[in-house]
Amino acid sequence: MSGFIASLTDRLVKRDPVSVVGGETQSFLAGALVDPPVSMREYSGVINYEPTELVLTARAGTTLLEIQNLLTASKQMLPFEPPIYDVESTLGGTIATGLSGPRRIQLGSVRDAILGVRLINGLGQHLKFGGEVMKNVAGYDISRLSVGAYGTLGILTDISIKVLPAPENEQTRVFSVDAQGALSMLAAMGRSPYPVSAATWVDGRLYVRLSGNSRGVDAAAAAIGGDCFDDADDFWHSIRQHRHAAFCRPNQWLWRLSVPATTAIEACPATIIDWAGAQRWVFAPPDDFSLFADAARVGGHAMCFAKDRSAGTGLQPLEPALARLNQRVRNAMDPYHLINRGRLFEVAS
Amino acid sequence: MQTDLLVAALTVALSSDRILFLDQDIAPYECDGLTLFKARPKVVVLPQTRDEVCHVLKVCHANGVPVVPRGAGTGLSGGALPHVEGVLLVMSKFNRILDVDADARTARVEPGVRNLAISEAVSALNLYYAPDPSSQIACSIGGNIAENAGGVHCLKYGLTVHNVLSITLALDDGTVVTVGSAALDSPGYDLLALTIGSEGLLGVVLEVTVRLLPQPEQARVVMAAFDDVAKAGDSVGAIIAAGIIPAGLEMMDGLAIAAVEDFVHAGYPLDAQALLLCEVDGTAGEVAEALIRVEQILKSSGATLLRVAADETERALFWQGRKNAFPAVGRISPDYYCRDGTIPRKHLAHVLTRMREMSEHYQLRCANVFHAGDGNLHPLILFDANDPDELQRAEAFGADILALSVEVGGTITGEHGVGVEKINEMCLQFSADELTQFHSVKAAFDPSGILNPGKAVPTLNRCAEFGKMHVHHGQLPHPELARF
Repeated sequence: MSGFIASLTDRLVKRDPVSVVGGETQSFLAGALVDPPVSMREYSGVINYEPTELVLTARAGTTLLEIQNLLTASKQMLPFEPPIYDVESTLGGTIATGLSGPRRIQLGSVRDAILGVRLINGLGQHLKFGGEVMKNVAGYDISRLSVGAYGTLGILTDISIKVLPAPENEQTRVFSVDAQGALSMLAAMGRSPYPVSAATWVDGRLYVRLSGNSRGVDAAAAAIGGDCFDDADDFWHSIRQHRHAAFCRPNQWLWRLSVPATTAIEACPATIIDWAGAQRWVFAPPDDFSLFADAARVGGHAMCFAKDRSAGTGLQPLEPALARLNQRVRNAMDPYHLINRGRLFEVAS
Repeated sequence: MQTDLLVAALTVALSSDRILFLDQDIAPYECDGLTLFKARPKVVVLPQTRDEVCHVLKVCHANGVPVVPRGAGTGLSGGALPHVEGVLLVMSKFNRILDVDADARTARVEPGVRNLAISEAVSALNLYYAPDPSSQIACSIGGNIAENAGGVHCLKYGLTVHNVLSITLALDDGTVVTVGSAALDSPGYDLLALTIGSEGLLGVVLEVTVRLLPQPEQARVVMAAFDDVAKAGDSVGAIIAAGIIPAGLEMMDGLAIAAVEDFVHAGYPLDAQALLLCEVDGTAGEVAEALIRVEQILKSSGATLLRVAADETERALFWQGRKNAFPAVGRISPDYYCRDGTIPRKHLAHVLTRMREMSEHYQLRCANVFHAGDGNLHPLILFDANDPDELQRAEAFGADILALSVEVGGTITGEHGVGVEKINEMCLQFSADELTQFHSVKAAFDPSGILNPGKAVPTLNRCAEFGKMHVHHGQLPHPELARF
């Protein structure tokens, strides 16, 4: 065991609270930490990468850029296309927040790609769940449970993920259409066999990315129509990184709404529609939390992305039975509530 | 609890024709697809409504009576083996497809709906449900959730966990919660992922919303024969290295090929040591391009025979061989025992060599069927259960295969689950602290411990006993030690 890991397990064994962060590029999400955090950046490095096995294992503090560069050299990629806000963004942070990018609609989310984790639970035990193989049903799926848990179920130390070949060819088609028209087009496209790898509506235009081999992409482009779009790489990068101009509006809070893709636009209006309708970015005045109710009404949930938020987790309240179950799962992993206090759950003062 | 008191308490909510307790009535439920293990429960119940399920749970919760949920009973690891002190909760009457939303590409179904029935119900909409375990004609979606079922197409389309959006679940005390939602993610912990593959130990599935996929425009399958299993294994790596993720990628060894060909007459070459089926799907253009490249790769990997199915009929025939591998092997041996380890694919040649050695050691034949794309092995050990010595050797052979899977960095079960069958081998794959963590996660969902007790996760005592019985297995973390 490395000295770094031992220092964390020792603290937890002594029932000292421990908070951890990666590159601190997503730290504005899901509530502020109560305790001064330890950076996982020093626990970094790719442990195993075998392109033909489609698996990569790395320490939690490894930067996404290091991983991305390694994968690119073998013509592979992270299938879930996570936002990489900064050079310091880490794999551990990506698993902790569970945020996926535009390609999620074709190749799945972070949680779909995770194969195994090593984590330190709240008792200071360093445990291994899952592994480096695609199919593994031995024991409960603690690896997937860890995705989006913001570290509150354990300190992630090593992570194995499924990687995929990068598409040989991509083309983006663009359509001038209003939001509801875009949703109707996307529903029809979703029932077609075309290799749609991203579908985003913003500023009155629908952008549809097709990925695959050349003949497949060309045929699909001809079939779905629309206009050719040349600045596709820059555009998709700006959507993936949440840096498109439409993500910024002064004196307003940015919210992410996750809703059923076919939710009508009047039931859930949005500035940016991503994931073929299933992820909507919405602005609201500061301290206005009414989007929780709006999202719940259509069967979805809302999450606040405002960086200047003063209080609260910004997360959708859970209905009581589910909230109790969440709390019991947390107690099972971290019975003394020592890890990442302040994230996900409000800390009673 | 005495049977008559239990029956009386259950009769409050269920009509008496759906409460079985006479020996002749419960006998058909004494095992699931793993017939090596049999047990008779005190009572079998066949509820029809959510309220009835919750009533059964409340009665059992109040009296500490074990509850074993059962779907279609096709599981291969004894996950639905009844508990002799308990109630077997048979969910087969929950067999309605409640709702299909073609635009959202989702279907809301009851847990007793058969896997294939979903695809059949939506095929007119050009949609289908992707996970396709070999038992898909009979197995239920509730059971698929319990086991996180896979199938021959999961390399590209994922397992059950990738194709289910939400589950409504009854907990031990009859509380009903919904995990997941109609959106692509949900607030709080990912309890949906935790529930899938939990083998009925965390809750009873009441309702499921599955994701449907558009049917591909076209699917073509290539059959390739090799004179050496290692060459076939290497060709799989080469296809993936070329950036192609086939929809299905299956392998069989010589003994399996012979058994299948004799049974199905799929046109498999009898002189081959390994047979690979590689399916590519998508739009016509995608498929045409991928097919050319797959053929090139297979040729340069040393395939001795290459055939693309000429039409849908031949494609179905090629697959029929693979999907009937288990019954085909059943014809050449009085009994067979199927194991389910997953290994990193690069160790395939090593693992197959070791399995050949084991086969000689135990003097039992072993046919191999293999989800080659994702490293999931299904060795079928041939034996005669009427010969106690053969049965014992078959079990020891099976246990050695699982230990070998763990040794090369794999897992004891890829898709069949632990159940009662592999419970000892869990002690090889997980440490005492890891098993204790599993037990506390179970207690979060099922504080009373009545749900499918004794399955999937061994007690530490059991591991200690197992360690004594199989001393060299207990030392598995040291791979330098000689096996046998």
